[in-house]
Amino acid sequence: MKHYNKLVRPYLIWSILIILVPIIMIVLYSVTTGGNALVNISFTLKNFTKIGEPIYLEVIKKSLILGLISVSICLVVGYILAYFITRFDDSVQDLLILLVTIPMWINTLLRTYAWISLLSDNGLINKFLSLFGLNAQTFMYTDFAVIIGLVSDILPFMVIPIHTSIRKIDPSLIEAAQDLGADKFHTFTKVTLKMSIPGVINGVMMTFLLSISTFVIPKLLGGGQYMLVGNLIENQFISVGNWNFGSALSIILTIIILIGLRLMKRFDKEEKEEAE
Amino acid sequence: MNDALIELKNLSKNFEDQQVLKGIDLTIHRNEFLTLLGPSGCGKTTTLRIIAGFEEPSGGEVLFDGIDISKVPSHKREVNTVFQKYALFPFLNVYDNVAFGLKIKKMDETVIDHKVKSMLELIGLPDFAKRDVTSLSGGQQQRVAIARALVNEPKVLLLDEPLGALDAKLRKDMQIELKKIQREVGITFIFVTHDQEEALSMSDTVVVMNEGIIQQVGTPEDIYNEPENRFVASFIGESNIIEAVMKRDLLVSFDGQDFECVDKGFKNNEDVEVVIRPEDIDIVKPENAKLTGTVKSIVFRGVHHEIVVETEFRDYLIHTTDYFEPGLSVGLTFGPDDIHVMYRMDWESESRGGAGR
Ligand SMILES: Nc1ncnc2c1ncn2[C@@H]1O[C@H](COP(=O)(O)OP(=O)(O)O)[C@@H](O)[C@H]1O
Ligand SMILES: [Mg+2]
Repeated sequence: MKHYNKLVRPYLIWSILIILVPIIMIVLYSVTTGGNALVNISFTLKNFTKIGEPIYLEVIKKSLILGLISVSICLVVGYILAYFITRFDDSVQDLLILLVTIPMWINTLLRTYAWISLLSDNGLINKFLSLFGLNAQTFMYTDFAVIIGLVSDILPFMVIPIHTSIRKIDPSLIEAAQDLGADKFHTFTKVTLKMSIPGVINGVMMTFLLSISTFVIPKLLGGGQYMLVGNLIENQFISVGNWNFGSALSIILTIIILIGLRLMKRFDKEEKEEAE
Repeated sequence: MNDALIELKNLSKNFEDQQVLKGIDLTIHRNEFLTLLGPSGCGKTTTLRIIAGFEEPSGGEVLFDGIDISKVPSHKREVNTVFQKYALFPFLNVYDNVAFGLKIKKMDETVIDHKVKSMLELIGLPDFAKRDVTSLSGGQQQRVAIARALVNEPKVLLLDEPLGALDAKLRKDMQIELKKIQREVGITFIFVTHDQEEALSMSDTVVVMNEGIIQQVGTPEDIYNEPENRFVASFIGESNIIEAVMKRDLLVSFDGQDFECVDKGFKNNEDVEVVIRPEDIDIVKPENAKLTGTVKSIVFRGVHHEIVVETEFRDYLIHTTDYFEPGLSVGLTFGPDDIHVMYRMDWESESRGGAGR
């Protein structure tokens, strides 16, 4: 064991460097002025107070709302999908889960371009509609386009944890419910649903995290004017060059995510206590 | 007791190409404590699951109060199950686990409350209502599982090796307790175990199974004293099983000697097998016995000594409280009613062993 510890040490040091140093840098940037020069720095909180300005608050609010909508759609679609996958034999289930995960292997950028070719004014969907003599619709650069892109992007992260939690339910619990008089519907609501809550919580946390920090999808499907927190941060670092403000924004984003996680945990606990 | 509640008629079950049950015929009576006993894999659980409605039989009928219920889904059957690993709902406390079935039936809250509390009383856990089931010991979970099933007032309670996970001491206590509960609630228990001692000490009726076939049905005394074939004799406790020839009624011959016995109804000179329980053999002076040999080994087993005596024909196993020095020449005696004659079993064929005499 000792021996093993020694082998792990270089890895540990690297991890600390790679993970910790950037965090420290970001915290440092967020409470200083002077850009990325790191010379002539002076401490300040004005990066944070700047976030309180209405235009930025509006962006954060929009990001949260869009995230919640996407996560909700994802939850409904993902749960149904995960549940139906568990109805199949083990080998078929493995295959279906593989299919669900395939998009995850493809670069987000590529997948988003695929959506563009579907949604654009002379894209596949509009071509299809025109076959029935319907007028072309504008999908691109709308909330709809961003949400559909986002949902498709994060769906696997909802399906997989829910599927895992349903699949590992002890079959004798299902039989016990039937034995005690529960029909299919009640067996689902009283046992399956309850037992899958940990998976739901994991799925919601992961998809919320992903949706709130996205910037590629809103940029491509929402257009240049479409601004979510992720885009705002990206702009600060890449085009505006205000690393200090960008860092403050990322910290606020991180705090929002952490609060989200806490709330979910709390919800999970209450769920358990309510059962007691 | 001849009031039939469940009748299994020529019940069979195949899993893919494996035939797990091969024509089970069994009548289960009201208020009976019936035990399915047999080695692991003989089809006990499958039989129970068919009665519960978790498996459909491949052939045959399951009659409940005279009506075929083979196609009735499990949630509509008047039976409840105590699962092998309890299968308590981990997200519910003790009270809500027990109340589960009643709530499904949408009973009145006050009625539920009354029933659940008296059930917790019955299983000796009245103060555990609010406890998390995952915080309970194995024995306590076991009791909750029993309460959760019994509170629905089923006509039959199915128990699949419910004591398997408990340690020896707790097991003994629960055996007594289960028996007591069964008398108190006055319903039919179908109990599954592979432990012959457990089966003999708890049951009104024992059903010995092997390889999907019923070997013998009888009271614990019948099964122990009058095993119908070698399988039953060897599965129920240790015994000496000896190939023999039935000379005529009341006279059987083995190890070169003729012995008086109490069995009749065999053909003259029919090949049979004889079982003699180790505690039925007495060790005497060699000159006073038809069978003689030398003490090969002696092991103290707490209450008795387990002695192996080597004779010209075979080793005999004997249980006695007396001590005999290894190497000592001894004689073996037993009375006519200590000899139990059985049909000789044909292990090669698929024929049903020991069809009664
Ligand atoms: N669902 C199943 N699929 C395939 N084979 C099964 C299934 N259930 C039981 N079996 C097989 O049927 C036989 C009897 O099993 P079981 O009734 O559980 O025996 P027991 O309870 O007496 O140990 C075993 O060989 C087991 O492997
Ligand atoms: Mg079993």
